[in-house]
Amino acid sequence: MHYAEAGRDDNVNVLSVEGLSVDFHTAEGKVRAVDDVTFAVPENKTVALVGESGSGKTVISQTIMGLLPPSAVISSGQVVLSDPSGEIDPVDIGSLDRKGARMRQLRGNRVSIIFQEPMTSLSPLHTIGDQIGEAVLLHRNVGGPEARELTQEMLRLVRFPDPKRALDAYPFELSGGLRQRAMIAMAMICHPALLIADEPTTALDVTIQAEILKLIKEVQSELKMSVLMITHDFGVVANMADEVVVIYHGRIMERGTAQQLFSNPKHDYLKALLNAVPSFHMDKDERLAPIRPIEVKADDLKQGRTECKVAPGEPLVDVKNITKRFGLRKSGLFSSSKSFVTALDQVNLTIRRGECLGLVGESGSGKTTAAKAILRAMEIDEGAVCYNHGDGLRDIADLTGDDLMDYRRRVQLIFQDPFSSLNPRMTINDVLIEPLEIHGIGTPSERADRARSLMSLVGLDARFLRRYPHSFSGGQRQRIGIARALALNPEFLLCDEPTSALDVSVQAQILNLLQDLKRDLNLTYLFVSHNLAVVDYIADRIAVMCRGRVVEIGETREIVSNPLHPYTQALLSAVPEPDLNTPLDFAALDENRASEPASWPEPFRLEAGVAPTLIEMEPEHFVCAPGLQEARALEGTAA
Amino acid sequence: MLFYIFRRILLMIPTLFVISFLTFFIIELPAGDYITNQIAALKSSGEQSSVAKLEFLRKEFALDRPFFERYLIWIGAWPGPHGFDGLLQGNWGWSFEFDKPVAEVVGPTLPLTVFLNFATILFVYVLSFPIGIYSATRQYSWGDYGFTFLGYIGLATPNFLLGLILLYLFNRWFGLSVGGLMAPEYIDQPWSVDKALSVLAHLIVPTIVIGTSGTAAMIRRLRANLLDELHKQYVTTGRAKGLREGQLLVKYPLRMALNPFIADIGNLIPSMVSGSVIVSVVLNLPTVGPVLLSALQSQDQFLSGFILLFVAILTLIGMLISDLLLAVLDPRIRLGGRASQ
Repeated sequence: MHYAEAGRDDNVNVLSVEGLSVDFHTAEGKVRAVDDVTFAVPENKTVALVGESGSGKTVISQTIMGLLPPSAVISSGQVVLSDPSGEIDPVDIGSLDRKGARMRQLRGNRVSIIFQEPMTSLSPLHTIGDQIGEAVLLHRNVGGPEARELTQEMLRLVRFPDPKRALDAYPFELSGGLRQRAMIAMAMICHPALLIADEPTTALDVTIQAEILKLIKEVQSELKMSVLMITHDFGVVANMADEVVVIYHGRIMERGTAQQLFSNPKHDYLKALLNAVPSFHMDKDERLAPIRPIEVKADDLKQGRTECKVAPGEPLVDVKNITKRFGLRKSGLFSSSKSFVTALDQVNLTIRRGECLGLVGESGSGKTTAAKAILRAMEIDEGAVCYNHGDGLRDIADLTGDDLMDYRRRVQLIFQDPFSSLNPRMTINDVLIEPLEIHGIGTPSERADRARSLMSLVGLDARFLRRYPHSFSGGQRQRIGIARALALNPEFLLCDEPTSALDVSVQAQILNLLQDLKRDLNLTYLFVSHNLAVVDYIADRIAVMCRGRVVEIGETREIVSNPLHPYTQALLSAVPEPDLNTPLDFAALDENRASEPASWPEPFRLEAGVAPTLIEMEPEHFVCAPGLQEARALEGTAA
Repeated sequence: MLFYIFRRILLMIPTLFVISFLTFFIIELPAGDYITNQIAALKSSGEQSSVAKLEFLRKEFALDRPFFERYLIWIGAWPGPHGFDGLLQGNWGWSFEFDKPVAEVVGPTLPLTVFLNFATILFVYVLSFPIGIYSATRQYSWGDYGFTFLGYIGLATPNFLLGLILLYLFNRWFGLSVGGLMAPEYIDQPWSVDKALSVLAHLIVPTIVIGTSGTAAMIRRLRANLLDELHKQYVTTGRAKGLREGQLLVKYPLRMALNPFIADIGNLIPSMVSGSVIVSVVLNLPTVGPVLLSALQSQDQFLSGFILLFVAILTLIGMLISDLLLAVLDPRIRLGGRASQ
C-alpha cells in the first residue's frame, strides 16, 4: 500500500503530450509549427518548456488550452489531461471541439494560463474583482457575493496588499507586478490541475520578477498544482524547473531533469544556447558565443571617418545636476494647481571617451529620461548636459543651427523595439540613406555606397537593401537600426535597451556586434538596460538609477562584486542566474520593496527634498549616501 | 461626478459666447446686408419709394451701428433701438426675407428637424450595430462580403438620387404622397392621430435616405474597431477562463469598440442638419436645412445666424451627452485622475 502510493506520486502525469504535431494552413501552404512533440508534466512538478521565439512553444500552450487559431490543425498525437483531483476523467484535449462546451468546462477550471503581458491581458474596462470572479461564476456553482468572497480570498493568497479594496480597482490603477498577481489569482481561482505560465515574468522588472516567481512557487505548493513554465530565460528555468524540455523549430531537442541539462547538456543547440547567456561569472575578456555569429567588416567605414578628438578616458559627456519634472494635470476648471513627478533628481553622470557606461534601473527609474536629456530630445528643468566637441565641454542647450546639427551627427540612438522603430513603408535603403539626406552628406552614388558598406558592417547582405522591414527578423531589424545609427559616423551612441526585445541567442549576437563596433570605430556608449547581466557583460562602468536618482556608480566589477547601496544589492540578488548552484534567495526577498528611498537604512535614507549627493565610499566607487555626507561635514567642522 | 457635470455645463456658457461671436462674424463677412442689397436693387430699377421704408428698417434693426455693437445688440447685451432685446431676452430676431420674426419662421420646422434627426440616428445605430458585429465576427464570410458590398453602394449613391427613387417606389407601392413630411391635406391643420401617422409614414423615406451613408460608414468603422479588439490579449484571457463566445464578445471587445461611437454622438447631430440640406430640398422637407440655405443666399442674417447657433447648441449638447456617457462607460476616463496620483 505504502509502496503503491509512492509509486503513484512518481508516475502520475497531469499532462502527457504524445507525438503532437500541429500544422498551420497559410496562404503559402501547410506550415508545421509543432512536430512530433512528446513530454509530460508530472503531478506537483514544474516543467520548463524552453525555446526561442518561433520555436512553437506558444503553439503547444495554445493546444493545451484549446485556444489554437482556426487555421491551426492538430495533425497527429494526443494531449491527455488527467486531473489528480478526480473531478474529471482523463481526456484527450486534442480531440475536443475547441469551442465546444467540454473544452470550455476545462478552460480556466482544470487548466489555466498566465500570459506574458500583464498590461494587455486584463480588460481595462472591468474591475479586477469582476474579471477574477468571472471564472468562479462560470465553473463553480456559486452566486455573486460568494464569488466575491472567493476572489478576495484568492487576492489575499497572491499577496495583494489590500484585497478588499483591490476587488473594485481597475487594472490601470495597478502596477505591472500587481496586474500579474491579479492574472495569477484569476488563473488559480478554480484550483486548476495544471497552470501554464507563458513567459510570466518577461515583461517585468527583475525585483518584481523574483517576487512573482516566488509567488508561483508558493501558490503551487499550497494548491498542489503542476506548472508548465514557458520561457526563454535560463535564469528562470534554473530557479523554477524540476524538468526541462528544450524545443527548437517545433521539435524537442533535449529533455530531462534540470540537474541533467544544466550539468551535462548533450544537444549542440542547448549547449550553444547556454553559452549565449551572459552571466556574472564570466571573466572580463570572455566572450559570449552566439549561435549565429556576425563578422564585422568595418574597413569601409573607417576610411574618411572623422575621428573624435577627445583623448580616451577624458570626459566626453558631462551631465551636471539635471532635474526633470513632469507635471500631472489635475482636474479643476479654473484651478491650475499642478502636481509634479520628479523623473530626474539632480542626476550627475560623466561618460568618458571610449568607455561604455551602463545605466541600470527598473522601469520608472528615469534612465530613458536621462538618455533623452542627453540627446536633447527633451527640455530639462535644471542643470546642464555638456558635450566635448574636441575643444572642451560645452552646454548642449546653447547649441543652435549648424552646431546643433553637428551635435545630432555626433550623438545617435539605438532604439529598444526593432519592430516599431523602422518605418514599415520605407525600404532598408531609404532607412539608411535618410540620415545622410537630412544632413546633406554626399552625392546619391556616395550615399548608395555608404548604405552598402553599412549593411556589410552589421553582417547583412547588401542585396537586402531593397526589401522592407517586415521581411526581417527582430535581430536583423535591430542590426538595421544599428546601421542607421552609424550612418553619420557618430562618436557617441545611446543604446536604449537594444536587446530587451530579442531572444537570448540574438541578444548575444547584438551584444558582440556592439562590442566589435566600439572597438573598430572607437565609439563611446551609454548602454541603458534593466538587465544587470547584460550590462555586466558590455559595460566598463555601471550607474544604477532608482526613482530618478543615481544611487551608485563605479567600475563594473566593483559594482557587481561589492555593491554598497541597498538598492543595488536588492537588484543584484533578484537576478536569476542560469546556474543551479546559485539559486535565488526567495526567503530574503525584501517584502517592503527596496526601491523606496525613504525606507533605505541610514546612511542611505533619502527623504524628499534631500539632494542625492554621491559620496566616494571606495576608490572610483560613488554611492548616494546623504547620511554619510552629513557625518563627514560634521567631521569637517570638528576638525 | 455631479461636480463634473456641473463643471461641464458651466463650461458650455463661455463656449456658446465664443461660438455666437464667430457665427456673427462669419455671417457679416460678405459685404453689405440684406437691406443694403435690397436698396441697391431698388435703386437700380429706379424705384425710390420703398427706399425710405428700408432705410427706416436699417435703423430699426440697428444695422447702421458698428460691428461689435451690432453683435452685442443681437445677443442682447447692449441696448438697441428698443432697449435690451436680443437672444438673451428670448428674441430670436427678425427675418427680412419672410418678413416675420425668426421664431415664427423656424418654429414649426425645429421640432420636425429634431425629430427627423433623432429618427435617423436611431436608424443608423439600430441597423449598423448588428451588421457591424456580424461582419467583424465572421470576417471574410459571404455575409461579410455581402454587407460590405451593400455598404459601399450606400456610400456611393448620391442621397438625392436614392431619395427620388424611394419616393417613386413608395408612391407606386403604398400610395404615399410625394415630398413633404405629411400628406398635403394635413398641412396647417391641428395635430391629430391621423396627422401624426401621416408624418410617421412620410418619415420613412427621409430617414432611410439620410441615414444610409451614415449606416454604411458606421458599419465599416464598427467592423474595423471590433476586428482590432477581437485579437487583443484580454479577449484571449476571457476565452481562457472558459467564457462562451457570445458572452465574451459582448462583455469585452464590444464594450471597448463602443467608445469611438459614443464619442461621435456630438458630431452626428450637426452633420445630420447640415448634411441633409440637399435631400431636404429635393424631398421638400419642412426642416431647418432648406431655410438655412435660402437665408444664407439672401443674407438674411438674423435667420441664418440663429440657425447656425442652434446647430452649435445641438452640437454642444451632443458633446456633453457623449462625454458623460464615456465617463460612465469607461473607468479610465472617470478615474484617470485617481490613477496618476
